[in-house]
Amino acid sequence: MIQTIGIWVAAFLTLCIFSFLYKDNPFYKFAEHLFVGVSAGYWAMYSWYNVLLPNLGRPLFIEHELILLIPFILGIMMLLRLFPKIGWISRWPLAFIVGMTSGYYLVTFLQTNALEQARATIVPLQNINNIILVIGVITGLFYFFFSTEHKKAVGVMARIGRMFLMVAFGASFGYTVMARISLLIGRFYFLLGDWLRLL
Amino acid sequence: MLDRLLNIDRRIIFAVLATIVIVAILFPMGLAIQISEPAKKLYREIESIPPGSYIFLSFDYDPASMAELDPMALAVIRHCFRKDLKIASLGLWPQGVLLGQANLEKAAQEYGKEYGVDFVNLGYKTGGIVVISGISTDLRSIFPQDYAERNIDELPLLNGIDNLEPFKLVVTFSAGDPGVRHWVMIAQARYGKKVGCGSTAVQAPAFYPYLQAGQLVGLVGGMKGAAEYEQLVKLPGLATAGMDAQSLAHAVIVFSIIFGNVIFLLKKRSSSG
Repeated sequence: MIQTIGIWVAAFLTLCIFSFLYKDNPFYKFAEHLFVGVSAGYWAMYSWYNVLLPNLGRPLFIEHELILLIPFILGIMMLLRLFPKIGWISRWPLAFIVGMTSGYYLVTFLQTNALEQARATIVPLQNINNIILVIGVITGLFYFFFSTEHKKAVGVMARIGRMFLMVAFGASFGYTVMARISLLIGRFYFLLGDWLRLL
Repeated sequence: MLDRLLNIDRRIIFAVLATIVIVAILFPMGLAIQISEPAKKLYREIESIPPGSYIFLSFDYDPASMAELDPMALAVIRHCFRKDLKIASLGLWPQGVLLGQANLEKAAQEYGKEYGVDFVNLGYKTGGIVVISGISTDLRSIFPQDYAERNIDELPLLNGIDNLEPFKLVVTFSAGDPGVRHWVMIAQARYGKKVGCGSTAVQAPAFYPYLQAGQLVGLVGGMKGAAEYEQLVKLPGLATAGMDAQSLAHAVIVFSIIFGNVIFLLKKRSSSG
């Protein structure tokens, strides 16, 4: 019974959201506001019970892991943003986060997304794929080389690079269309199958 | 006439698209599905793992991307159970934990697998990249309990497992960050683990460079990728069923783009003439 009610509510809200395709209307607004409200409530409760309590509350106040006083104090400092007069204090934990994250990411990101990628372009020019790959990388880099005017040979390379970029954008667009259609299919499967039981 | 065609009400296009999708779902035609090399690579990688080995799955998505990622997660889990692989899992996205658990339980029922012995779900921890780094060195300090707050010492599957070392492969089902990028950055680049991924179609093109560089062992992209994997494991599911609708919807969109451009060019020519 509860499951049936859930399916009907979900179907109603799906149709409310779909109704925006015709034009903006109160049903869409209702579903939109409901989603925002429920999401905010869900995340607040989820963060409290699944993040703050098990990672900070219980270990610090029950098991007395005093090292956790540091993140606790940093967290309190972050909340001081809510008070304009002492809001500047929140910059300290923010600085900590920015600094820590940058340090943590820097080497790994460089290795994964720059060095490894550069290494992967050093390939024997024995087949058409490798040739296209190397031309695409070199001409693509020319397109983003702004210290020289894009004229003559540099201009030709940059134009070829732009064509490679266009192909990449086209592929991205195609995949994006596929993703959106997949979501539409998912919703129709729910409406036709779970709700109307036509499947 | 050309002006009218150039200004077709977009709601007509929506209606055509919806009709096509509904008809294709109600009356499947079974259009052929070509299996791409990236999906085959992931299949072959899992196929090459000896039975009884450990595999790690990460459910890094939420209900918004269920339509794409649930079918591929289920197909990969079925493949793992069929191969008698032992699965440990987690979610870098909180809602991924229960979505993954639902798929694990569904497949476990089909293959007679038992929680704690054949598969475990460690749950969710906030932190993304820090969690991956943590479990790579000391899994037990990051996850002293599983998703249902059972002590992991009580789960036989994890006996003697302290980090990612025993796992032959990590597969992440990812809808964004934290997800594929972070598993590659930490588990693959720093700790040398093999990483494969299932990803939403939107972000799949961004991961092809990882695949080409060998940083990913395989890539299943979007509902199409999920359908390919279902074909590979010979267990057609929701993704395969959705492929007719997907193909026809794409045909409508391709036709609309060509039609729009042709009309635009005709209009331009008639204006200049």
